[in-house]
Parts: sequence; structure tokens; C-alpha cells
Amino acid sequence: MSDSASIMPEHPPVTDWVNDFDHTDPTWTENPFPIWEKLRAASPVVHTERFLGCYMPTTYQAVKEISYDTDHFSSRRVIVRDVRPEITARAPPITSDPPEHKPAKQLLLPPFTPDAMKKLEPRVRAICNELIDEFIADGKCDAAARYTKHIPVRAIAHMLGIPEKDGDLFIKWIHGILELGIKDDNALMEAVREMTGYFAGHIEQRKTNPTDDLISTLMNARDKDGNPLADEHVLGSLRLLLIAGIDTTWSAIGSSLWHLAKTPADRERLVAEPELMPLAVEELLRAYSPVTMAREVMKETTISGCPVKAGNMVLLSFPAANRDPAMFPDADKVVIDRKENRHAAFGLGIHRCVGSNLARMEMTVAIEEWLKRIPDFRLDPAGKVTWSEGTVRGPRQLPMLFGKAS
Amino acid sequence: MAGKLKIRVDQDKCQGHARCKSLAPELFDLDEFGNAHEVGDGSVPEALEDKAWLAQSNCPEIAIEVTEE
Repeated sequence: MSDSASIMPEHPPVTDWVNDFDHTDPTWTENPFPIWEKLRAASPVVHTERFLGCYMPTTYQAVKEISYDTDHFSSRRVIVRDVRPEITARAPPITSDPPEHKPAKQLLLPPFTPDAMKKLEPRVRAICNELIDEFIADGKCDAAARYTKHIPVRAIAHMLGIPEKDGDLFIKWIHGILELGIKDDNALMEAVREMTGYFAGHIEQRKTNPTDDLISTLMNARDKDGNPLADEHVLGSLRLLLIAGIDTTWSAIGSSLWHLAKTPADRERLVAEPELMPLAVEELLRAYSPVTMAREVMKETTISGCPVKAGNMVLLSFPAANRDPAMFPDADKVVIDRKENRHAAFGLGIHRCVGSNLARMEMTVAIEEWLKRIPDFRLDPAGKVTWSEGTVRGPRQLPMLFGKAS
Repeated sequence: MAGKLKIRVDQDKCQGHARCKSLAPELFDLDEFGNAHEVGDGSVPEALEDKAWLAQSNCPEIAIEVTEE
């Protein structure tokens, strides 16, 4: 349980978005798009005194400049929070800067190539159908609780070689780190401690009984001098894979189904023209990008003409960049067959999401299998859609009714 | 038919988004880390010219160069 002393005071409601933005405000959580538009109209970079001082680039161009500038902007902190405690639990490569970043990332890349994902795809299709089997006869479901939430957890567990049934534990830790952790340091530390203990056990087991899963792959990896990675490095990367691989994709699948539930034209088109799926997935990723990252300003510089000062954090909103009309015509519309789409949902520059091919495959399979079994569905007017707060945005309750509306 | 277009992936810019491989698998390949390079010498058969432009216009890192010979 959390010690109440570690919980930050509630944030006062935002009245001046341009000078006092807060990505944990309920208005932002519910519908951030008009807020981003307002901020973008004001400046390519805005600032808030909240979170001990934080900037937010509002345009695609400003987000790109910061992503590419690892000299002035460090990844050592990748979540904007109320507090900035000493850095203890690293998660390379996401929290690494050059020159440590590249070798740490290269270790993780081979298991996540598109070809590697093809091998995992049949298992993910089976997972989707097992989940649908559980609720399809009810004629309705909370798609977030019963479907989208479980797909990435089970897929990553399968890759790591840990029991798929431990999924609920992972979901609890991730909630502690990514949501509660913004304002409650103890909740975050507790989750990290439990997760680290869990993986340490799995590492120990594999020292005597090696397996052919991703945990063993990391344990068998060698650095450029031929030495195995320290347990702490392996643990950090496992923490990262679990944290980054789960509620991100849960959110992306959820937002996609939410969009299709309320947009019959797009849904019918995807059912009739399944070959549009690759373009559709990229467009849904653009329009409803789940992940906002962070950087810490290490040295004073200028971004899109705006001065930024050391000691501040940066809320690196790829979702806002992807809604910039200067980059995307009709940025606020979902154009399900959008041809030109350089979206930044998986980041830009050296920190491109290592799991992007996994996320794409899971989204594609989850939407395809759902549409095959449940081609007609809509939001349940008796229920309420709720959205996660903070770093990763997606539906956490998604009540649906199946079949054509009568 | 051999066409007039040539493609090249800038290895310094490519970050392995793999959008090109997904849109034009005939023209791009990935290495063991998932980073892209052009197939062969980068010559684009005439029938695949649209795909070359499509891949180029979807690369988030602007890493693909298309040149007309």
C-alpha cells in the first residue's frame, strides 16, 4: 500500500492551457485534441510550471527537432512526473543516451524484426480467438477489459517465456508505474520492486535450466568485449519490454476498435476491403497515437525559435505531432486509406520503438480477428468509455454491443 | 521492364521503422536489426514505380532517396 505522504497534492484544474498545461488534467484525459490545437496555435513550444517545469513541443517539426537532438535532450527520464527522484532503476535502451544507447538497443532489435513477428503471429491469432470465444455469445462486452487488455500481455509473455496467466500481475505493475506513479512515488517504487523480484527469479531459473525464449536470449547476449550483460542490465531491459510492450498496444487496439465502433463507414470498408488493413493500421496509429514520451533538458538551446532552459522536462507528445495540420492534410480526420503518412507514433530518431513491428502485428491481427467474428458493433449507449491518464492514452472501459443497430 | 527510377536508403537516417518493407517488399530488404536497404542496385522496375514513391513518402525519417536517371 502507498504511504499517503508520498502522494502529491491534487493538481488544481487548468484554466490557462497555454501557460499552465497539465497532461493529467481530466479535460486532457477525456479529449486532448482541442487542447493541442490551442497550444499549437499559441507557440511551437509551450511551458508549464507544473511538474517542476516542463515544456511541450506542439508541432511535428518541434517534436522532430527534440527527438533528433540527443545532445541537449536526455532520455534518462522518460516520464514527466511531479517528482524527480534519483535515477535508480534504468531501463536500457529507452533511458540511454549515446554512446550507451546503440549497443543496448542492438541487443533487442533482432527478436523484434518483421520476420520474427511472423513466427509469433499464429499464436496471437489464437489468443484473439480464445478471448472472443469467452464473450461473443453475450452479444456485448467491455472490449478494453475482455479483449484489448489481454492480447499484448499474453503475446509478450509468450515471447519472454513466462506464463501467460501471470498477465494480471503485469497489468497491476504497469498501472503502478505509468499512471499512479506520476503522482505517487511509493506506488511506482513498489511496482518496480515487485517486477524486478519476479524477473530475477526467472533469470535464476534459466541459469540452471536455459530456455529458448527472449529472457535467455538477453542472458546469452554478449557486449562488444565478449562479456555477458550484468543481471541489472538484463532486468532493466525486461522491465522495459513489459512496461513498454503492454498498455501501449492495449491502448492502440482499443482506440482502433473505439473508432470503428463509432464509424460504420470505415468499419464496413475494412470488412469489404481487407487489403486496406496496412494503411488503416498506420492511420489509426497516427490519429490515436497512444504514447507520449519525455526528455530532460540538459543544456540551454532553441527549438523552432523558442528558447528552452536546462533543468526542465519536455513532454514529447508524438500524438500531438501526428495531429499537426502543417504535416498532415485533414489532420483531425481519420482517412482510413491515407497514402502519405510519415506518422511519429513510434517516435523519431534513435529511440524508434523497438517493439513497433510487434505492435503493428498485434493491432492488425486483433482488428482482423475481431472484424471476422464481429463485423457489426457499436458503443453501448448504456455504458461509459473511459480513458487512461498521462503517458499512454487509450480506452480503459470500452462497452460495446454486437450486431446491427435495430 | 527496367524503369528510370533508382532508390537508395540512407543508412545514417534509417531507424528501422520498416514502413518501406511493408509497402514495397520487392524493393526493400531488412538486415538482422530490422534496418532497411534497397534490393540489388536500387533500380526500380517500371511496374513498381508507384510503390517506390509510396515507400518514400511514408518513411518517417526521410531516409529514402528516389532519383530519376
